[in-house]
Amino acid sequence: MSISILRLDDRLVHGQVVVGWGNALGIDRIVLVDDTVSETKWEQELYSMGVPECMAVDFVSVAQARQRLSEWAVNEEKVILIVGDVAALVSLCHESAVVSEINLGGLHRSAGRRERLPYIFLTDAEFVLLEELERGSISITAQDLPATRPVPLGELA
Amino acid sequence: MSELTGIVVTHGAIARGMVEAAELITGVKGALLAISNEGCGTTDLGKQIDSATSGKPSVVFVDMHVGSCLQAAARVVRLDPDCALVAGVNLSMLLDFCFHRDCSASEAAQRAVSKGIAAIKTLGT
Repeated sequence: MSISILRLDDRLVHGQVVVGWGNALGIDRIVLVDDTVSETKWEQELYSMGVPECMAVDFVSVAQARQRLSEWAVNEEKVILIVGDVAALVSLCHESAVVSEINLGGLHRSAGRRERLPYIFLTDAEFVLLEELERGSISITAQDLPATRPVPLGELA
Repeated sequence: MSELTGIVVTHGAIARGMVEAAELITGVKGALLAISNEGCGTTDLGKQIDSATSGKPSVVFVDMHVGSCLQAAARVVRLDPDCALVAGVNLSMLLDFCFHRDCSASEAAQRAVSKGIAAIKTLGT
């Protein structure tokens, strides 16, 4: 398995991902899964600015990512997949035989969301969607950085 | 041409500290405004930056060339011809900026980069 981490983070590619997780796990490739970014050259250039030369970066839509999950799972490279919202995550992972773990890395304040951790805010509907994913044998934990404690989804209720 | 405002956008408390230090050293008040990304997603941070720059020519200074501060600022500045963006802010460039705000945002940004780089030195090597 070479998908080192599948991360939900509304900041997508940023310091915690590149520096924190990238160094700790020796990541070779970042795959940014986002329908808007995958179609916007300017956004891709913006996110590429922060990726060090030792890492490759791909920009794919959710549908494209779903098709390529199996490919990344057997790739020799260590890959980090990043999605920016719960709906995209569910679409990517639902009934997937490849995904076994999900990292909640950062979802911030917005209308209807409640603080579950200082870096995780969820609406009740989003929490239910994540619970349903976990029932399908996927382990979900919140963890902003490698050195912090992984918090099981159940503790975020 | 109205004087530029500097909007300092950083992780954690860096912006507050830099703005306080710049005011302490220069005695110039109101030239710089601090915004932190603490607890903010990129969208909310962008709204804060947009509100701070709205209607006045500005240079937005962010701490890194990666991350939510850069992303949020870049999206705002891209749509505002009276604003410019500098990544990699340091105190020296802010001190110089406080006394050179009577120009275009683009000119001020270029000057800030030049002054900021010039202030980084090795000593005793």
